[in-house]
Amino acid sequence: MTAISMPSAKTAVARPAARQGRRTRIGRIAAWVVLWIFVLLTLFPFYWMLRTSLSNNRMLFSDPSSWLPVAPTLGGYERVFGLATIQEAQAQGGSGASISFWLYLRNSVIVATVITIGQVFFSAMAAYAFARLRWPGRDKVFFLFLTALMVPPIFIHLPNFELMKNMGLLNTFAGIVLPYLFMTPFAVFFLRQFFLNVSREVEEAAMLDGAGYPRIFFRLILPMSAAPIATLAILTYINSWNEYFWPLLVTDPTNDDVRVLTVALGVFKSQTPQGSPDWAGLMAATLVAALPVLVLFAAFGKRIVNSIQFSGLK
Amino acid sequence: MANTVSVPTPRPGAPAGRHEPQARSQERRDHRAALFFILPALLGFAVFYLWPTIRGVYLSFTDYSLLAPPEWAGAANYVKLIGDGSFWRSLAVTLEYVVINISVQTIVAIVLAVMMHRLTKSSFLRGVLLLPYLVASVVVALVWYWMADYTLGVVNQVIGWIGLEPLGFFGEEHLVIPTIALVNVWKHMGYTALLIFAGLQAIPRSLYEAASVDGSTEWRSFWRITLPLLRPVLAMVLVITVIGSFQIFDTVAVTTQGGPADASKVIYYYIFEKAFSQFDFGYASAMGVALIAILAGVSLLQMRLLRAGESDLS
Repeated sequence: MTAISMPSAKTAVARPAARQGRRTRIGRIAAWVVLWIFVLLTLFPFYWMLRTSLSNNRMLFSDPSSWLPVAPTLGGYERVFGLATIQEAQAQGGSGASISFWLYLRNSVIVATVITIGQVFFSAMAAYAFARLRWPGRDKVFFLFLTALMVPPIFIHLPNFELMKNMGLLNTFAGIVLPYLFMTPFAVFFLRQFFLNVSREVEEAAMLDGAGYPRIFFRLILPMSAAPIATLAILTYINSWNEYFWPLLVTDPTNDDVRVLTVALGVFKSQTPQGSPDWAGLMAATLVAALPVLVLFAAFGKRIVNSIQFSGLK
Repeated sequence: MANTVSVPTPRPGAPAGRHEPQARSQERRDHRAALFFILPALLGFAVFYLWPTIRGVYLSFTDYSLLAPPEWAGAANYVKLIGDGSFWRSLAVTLEYVVINISVQTIVAIVLAVMMHRLTKSSFLRGVLLLPYLVASVVVALVWYWMADYTLGVVNQVIGWIGLEPLGFFGEEHLVIPTIALVNVWKHMGYTALLIFAGLQAIPRSLYEAASVDGSTEWRSFWRITLPLLRPVLAMVLVITVIGSFQIFDTVAVTTQGGPADASKVIYYYIFEKAFSQFDFGYASAMGVALIAILAGVSLLQMRLLRAGESDLS
């Protein structure tokens, strides 16, 4: 409390009130200006992505600072989805190499969906066991989960890669999905916090009616926690959609059967010629990769913001 | 630490109330239910977190190329580590990145958080500022790679308007790490601000009202109220963000791949290269162990310096 004791300003109350009021107002306006500069700084790269993706790559150099797309065309998107012929692609400055973003888009959807369903469901079960059930070693196991957050992913990825290799799961969906399918420490903590707050009375009433734990979990806890579970599902979906490192490790650069979008973006970038990269195509691909996140954000932005505020420090 | 939250469990054999046999069968039922709920997560944790961690430590004492079984090598990898100039270089590069990234990001985030707190309750603004955090780091890296392009990038166009020479942001040794650090400031500033904002909300508004009655300016309230009371939250945020910052990989992997001339070869990228280009899993694991030790040391130091556990509010 000592830090905030203010020197008494009684003697100076009357004089500077008006001036100070004006100064505060100017200060507030300046602060608003700064805030809006940050908002613009945040949004500009997204606009620039869109602007570039709609440009003709051959013409980009003619007006690099134009606010609007240069020689507007959907060519970038056509190249990304393999709709352009080689001649068309090269006419607009593409590499002409065939890219199958439909395939990568599909793969990303599969990976993110499977991980989200598995991880949220199994983590919810575990969170329930931690929050509500009594069993020997519970707190020790929980502590162990906690410490796992301290180990850098790359360290765990090395032996996991070895495991996937030995099980013959490289270049398979199973290889990409398995390590994230059953739990992440974060998901378990997140839901445990909510389950701890579910009223015990409801549960006890159900128990008196003869309901067992599974029934209580599926019929009571899950429906009553629908909101936090949905939030976790959105966050998990976004995270697995964005994951780059692990899918990069377990898929071969020569094999694109199960390649996800993030990895494909890296490959696409490294394939475009160094001298004159296909920026328009690359930005079109980037926007496609970002789109699901943007859509989820538009729909659930407030929920995501609140959950991060809530969970960030616990 | 784990013991402080333990719930008293009736010991088998101890007098457990009126209906002892019934209580014991209830307890057995509890344990069986708990096992059912925890099993999938526990299995996932054991196979994909716990075992790899143990295995990783073991591998760090071996010579292992994935092709033949690991051969015990004693401390050879660690001895090699101490004499490996590239390792120290990569640590120095990582440290430069962390220092730039964290210092800029923390200051910007505090400014943003205070403005969110004192100016507006708009969750729309908070959402917009969070947007870059939700987009894949690969996407962020590519957009800025394009915007910071030497000839066509919009950043260099703006620099040209001011009348300066264009900068090779990703191409020059002394610029590449600051550039990547600032790109990730852009990605993470809204997220960090949101975490700090959550901490700010715990400060009672009455303190500001009292201070303002006493004639304190916003500026002074910030230094006398906000910052001192925010310290524990700030410590937690710093520990989280510093650990994250040390793990910089995606941005480097899709843009510079460690170049130019290893100027952006951060520790994560060096480990990745050792393991997956040179298949030296033993050595890569040893570097992973070193990384864990560094992270643990840095976190402890931060907690100490910022006295994270104590709050001035009580």
